[in-house]
Amino acid sequence: MPPYGEALGIEAGRDADGRLVLTLPFGEHVRGRPGFLHGGAIAGLLEIAAFATLREALGEERDVAIKPITVTADFMRGGHERPTFAAATVTRLGRRIANVEGFAWQEDEARPIAAARLNMLLERR
Amino acid sequence: MSGDAAPPPQSFDPAAFIERLGGRTHNAFIGMRHVAHGADWAELAFDHDPKLVGDPASGILASGPIISLMDMTSGLSIWLASARYEPIVTIDLRLDYLRPARPGRGVHARAQCYRLTRSVAFVRGQAHDGEPERPIAHAAGTFMFSGPAG
Repeated sequence: MPPYGEALGIEAGRDADGRLVLTLPFGEHVRGRPGFLHGGAIAGLLEIAAFATLREALGEERDVAIKPITVTADFMRGGHERPTFAAATVTRLGRRIANVEGFAWQEDEARPIAAARLNMLLERR
Repeated sequence: MSGDAAPPPQSFDPAAFIERLGGRTHNAFIGMRHVAHGADWAELAFDHDPKLVGDPASGILASGPIISLMDMTSGLSIWLASARYEPIVTIDLRLDYLRPARPGRGVHARAQCYRLTRSVAFVRGQAHDGEPERPIAHAAGTFMFSGPAG
């Protein structure tokens, strides 16, 4: 977990299918306007989920630097004062570019509060 | 003096707004502060903080704090352009990373609201780590006035 993820209190776990799912606990450090989660904190969670899932997809190939080129976040619903979950999918893993998509939800995964698409540059050393 | 145009009404004060927000929020967590603003733009910044690092090996910042900063800066530019405070929600926000922020540097974000409609605001922005002419990121976002009911 990067320092930023540690500072936010994000924890990595697995669901019943073995999929990587990250949890962001609610606290004043992620509060936005009164009663709601800050959109930037949700985007931060999605970014970490995307990186971790891409790292996992790279498997044994550890010697690859991952650099975000574009990050697009869509906000669908307000996040409330409760834990937030996020999972990501590597849509395409190429030699130089990886396309990763992530979703964040609270009570129901079928009702996402935000999504993010990240296009990453892979630098194999 | 008679005949002179009255100064523009200062119905929204971003510096005071950020100050008031302060306290126990995500904005305080990343150390957001007001730098400058104009009729339809605002500039906010945060100083370097080790807890905002995304890659400990290189010391490069996570993009989360930059997105948070750009989101807030965008909101201020909209309230300045519309000359009033009205609740908004982010529809989407895209950042293009032109170069990584240099390790040990804080980040400045400037956003301009370049189009306002009755329900949607369009914003563009740039972020830099000390030299405005060498931006680290370009941003484009859309926001919706959510009204009193949210």
